[in-house]
Amino acid sequence: MLSCREVSALLSDQLDRRLSLKERIGLRLHLAMCRACGRVEVQLRFLREAMCELPKRHRGAKRS
Amino acid sequence: MPAPQILAELEEHRPYLLKFAALQLRQRELAEDLVQEVFLSALKGADGFSGRSSVRTWLTSILLNKIADHHRKAGREVSMDALAEADGEDGIDALFRRNGYYANMPQAWRNPEDSLTDQRFYEALEACVARLSAAAGRAFLLRELMGFSVEEICKELQVSTSNCHVLLHRARLRLRACLEERWFATERRK
Repeated sequence: MLSCREVSALLSDQLDRRLSLKERIGLRLHLAMCRACGRVEVQLRFLREAMCELPKRHRGAKRS
Repeated sequence: MPAPQILAELEEHRPYLLKFAALQLRQRELAEDLVQEVFLSALKGADGFSGRSSVRTWLTSILLNKIADHHRKAGREVSMDALAEADGEDGIDALFRRNGYYANMPQAWRNPEDSLTDQRFYEALEACVARLSAAAGRAFLLRELMGFSVEEICKELQVSTSNCHVLLHRARLRLRACLEERWFATERRK
């Protein structure tokens, strides 16, 4: 069983590369039982979305 | 390509380059100056664009050179030696217990979508990015702001693929924890 720390690395990696079958199985087994890591997965995706919005937000926002 | 079209194409990337430079240099005016220099260099060297990378990747490479030049002139070389940093202040050891559990249980974030329209959220996000180490911050911004592939980041930072993943992992976890502490857990929002 993977630890939350190991799972956090896979949650990050899956945003950058395709995980192996073994990694995906380990990840999904852990997520099925761990609410904290499920939250982290959602939040890392949200972080990506927020970074996408960041430059758009400032386009006209600061005109001093 | 006629010049007006090139200019229009380059302009699209300006907000991204400005944001990247401002977050890396933490000085808005300097960031604007360097980005202006990037555009001049790009126009002069437009033939040097290979087409193998995206325009934004190309412009970002020029910007990174300008930033490095600036640091050199200021006598401050920024070490991008990710290996040396492996045990440095940017580790994520503090986020976990020895048994691999989170030291602080990650909380559910209430209505994160609402934050995306709140200017103060972006200020918190930028403050959290500024707290990352140079290498992790740069890797993260190249990936999430400038849209580099991991391969392109490795080449730009001259680190191995696995180190690249380590840097991105650290950056994301620290940002997650920072945002939770500075934004989602506070009452400041409402």
